[in-house]
Amino acid sequence: MENIKVLMFGWELPPENSGGLGVACLGLSKKLNQKGVDITFVVPRKTEAMKNNFFNLLSADINYKEIEVKSSLSPYLSPQKYKSILREEKDIYGKTLFEEVSRYRKCARKIALFENFDVIHAHDWLSFGAGVEAKKITGKPLIAHVHATEFDRGGGTGVDERVYRREKEGLEMADKIIAVSNYTKNIIVEKYGIPETKVEVAYNGVDLKEKPAGKKILEAFQEAGYKIVLFVGRLTIQKGPDYFLQAARKVLDHSDDVIFVVAGSGDMEEQIIRQASELGISDKVLFPGFIRGKDLHSLYKSADLFIMPSVSEPFGLTPLESLINGTPVLVSKQSGVSEVLTHALKVDFWDVEEMANKILSTLNHDCLKTCLSENGKKEVGGITWDFAADKCISVYKSLMK
Amino acid sequence: MPSVCFYFQVHQPFRVKKYRYFDIGKDHDYFNEKGDNDLNNEKIMKKVARKSYLPTNQVLLDLLEEEPEFKISFSFSGVALEQMEKYAPEVIDSFQKLVDTGRVEILAETYYHSLAFLYSKEEFRKQVELHEKKINEIFDYQPKIFRGTELSYSNDLAEEVEDMGYEGILTEGVDRILGWRSPNFLYSPKGSDIALFLKNYKLSDDIAFRFSSKGWKEHPLTAPKFARWVSAINGNGEVVNLFMDYETFGEHQWESTGIFNFLRSLPSEILKHPDNNFLTLREAVERYDRVAELDIPYFISWADSERDLSAWIGNPMQRDMLNKLYDLEEDVLRTGDEKLIDKWRKLQTSDHFYYICTKTLSDGTVHNYFSPYESPYEAFISYANALNDFRLEIKNKAKKAEA
Repeated sequence: MENIKVLMFGWELPPENSGGLGVACLGLSKKLNQKGVDITFVVPRKTEAMKNNFFNLLSADINYKEIEVKSSLSPYLSPQKYKSILREEKDIYGKTLFEEVSRYRKCARKIALFENFDVIHAHDWLSFGAGVEAKKITGKPLIAHVHATEFDRGGGTGVDERVYRREKEGLEMADKIIAVSNYTKNIIVEKYGIPETKVEVAYNGVDLKEKPAGKKILEAFQEAGYKIVLFVGRLTIQKGPDYFLQAARKVLDHSDDVIFVVAGSGDMEEQIIRQASELGISDKVLFPGFIRGKDLHSLYKSADLFIMPSVSEPFGLTPLESLINGTPVLVSKQSGVSEVLTHALKVDFWDVEEMANKILSTLNHDCLKTCLSENGKKEVGGITWDFAADKCISVYKSLMK
Repeated sequence: MPSVCFYFQVHQPFRVKKYRYFDIGKDHDYFNEKGDNDLNNEKIMKKVARKSYLPTNQVLLDLLEEEPEFKISFSFSGVALEQMEKYAPEVIDSFQKLVDTGRVEILAETYYHSLAFLYSKEEFRKQVELHEKKINEIFDYQPKIFRGTELSYSNDLAEEVEDMGYEGILTEGVDRILGWRSPNFLYSPKGSDIALFLKNYKLSDDIAFRFSSKGWKEHPLTAPKFARWVSAINGNGEVVNLFMDYETFGEHQWESTGIFNFLRSLPSEILKHPDNNFLTLREAVERYDRVAELDIPYFISWADSERDLSAWIGNPMQRDMLNKLYDLEEDVLRTGDEKLIDKWRKLQTSDHFYYICTKTLSDGTVHNYFSPYESPYEAFISYANALNDFRLEIKNKAKKAEA
């Protein structure tokens, strides 16, 4: 049988990422390629770093092309943020994020006419428009892959109507939808009015390996007998750093020797720092800022427990990174990753009392910590891209009949 | 021959409610969940009574009246009987009616359905004694055959049980121990003279686990078919030991699966073959000789594919809790406080540790089915916090006594 040919629309590839989307697109594409799918991957803008990374990861014999559309898109941009970037950068084409989306969309028409493919596969709302145009002009089936929705980004505080409209159009125009979790599937069904039967679930995989840690951090605290509880993520409503601090307050009511680390930056940063002092726990909360690479691995390793208190998390990669580094995790039930991890503590993000109960119970029982981390580490090893790739292929085939 | 020996296990633990770290030192009741969830012991007992105990007892009573040849054996944990008395006394009445027929045997076990033998022989003996007392009170009956919790068994246990005056003991017919031998005979344990019964796990599990399994090639299982399998043992076996949880009827296998109809017609189908009969375990000990000695130095049980104790003591959390629990023995007994001692013993029930089991793979689903907790980690947290509270209570009691 001839290889399936996929025209794939994304918007970034590593290392140009402000989140896990590029990583997910690359991981999935790589696995699809191994399974004999030919992919033409379209991104709005290509950087040198991206190109290198990209072609280093894929061997020369695979039929994998990359087409660049001039644009300045970044997936986690809010329309406001986009404006502020506009002011700073000169190499810009459109005036608003939405104009950029329209431009990407128009370019997609040309690409679709030139390229030879069987199905169209578009990742998240910024590329849905491109996917829809490609479908309109060629009549080929469209798959909309949802890694996050506007409801996740808003964290329950409301959605940008313009984004929602574009998401809904893509979902409605798609012949089939792939969601990264049942959690996300439910949002698609309930908030976008899509029939359940149209949505398949394909959990993300991970391609994580334990990496050597950088220089030791927080050693002094550990030597002084402190336990360390860690948060890693953007400081936004979606990620729930405020709930982390509320739980910290409750823990510190019962146990003095615990340090809480909030690693990340974002638009809530000032608010979170203020909240720590209002709660009277500034002396027990550290704000090291945005940490990456080796230092991040060291941070994971030094922690006794990692917490992902997200208000709404389609999947959630950080708990898996933590487990690979041998640190047990507590994740919110409002996350996709809680569906695939069995060796994890789970809690509703708003239930800070229960969060504190689980933190204290873990810190007080080494055997719980050991079981969670050893079993969890093994479990992460089994979360590969095979499942998602097989699911995509079966969706492709069902649409090509 | 062969003789069918039915043994049904009746057990319900006192499940530990959701017990948080903050409750330590404040709330000393661990078993009193009142909410609409599966940790509510009263709710569970009432549900199982309605779905399983009462209707199955009725079927068995009818059978005992209709079939003079029909006989069965039961083992009741003390904690199950206690909960029946408290929450569903009509179940006690209906079991009494069965026992009154004179063709129902009751086995001995530990009152608290515990693994005490592994940690303290004195505590083990005490719990068997308490159980015997309870059985005597309720049923006016003196057990002669012993069943280790979850069919746990080793040479040592058999020796201890013989020393306590019992005539027989039960365990799983584990393949790796039996080798070419058949479970359908009586054996004798190494080092003692009592009779050893081995569960025929294939036929037992055909009823207990596979009865309603649509993917099983023998589905649907009918009484004539099962009776044929039993009869096929003629000539190469003397006993067919069908050991299972009593909740199989109506609770694990719902009424809608046809399990009650199956049970209703099974005795007469089995008795259609003139060589087949039913025996209580005690009668089997008198009727049949032991064919060989079995050497079982390490503990086995009827649980999971491993058939060992790993479901209860397989991971560090389980071992930590059990060690900490039994470390308290001396301090608890020294208080002389009946209520505290009883609470300590209720914390020994094997189910608490089963819920903390983290083995996944093939057995994970069975554990999930049988656990009222969201995960083994949730089970651990509630248990560990409750145990911490209990330790504090004992300490404070001791302090007061000193002062």
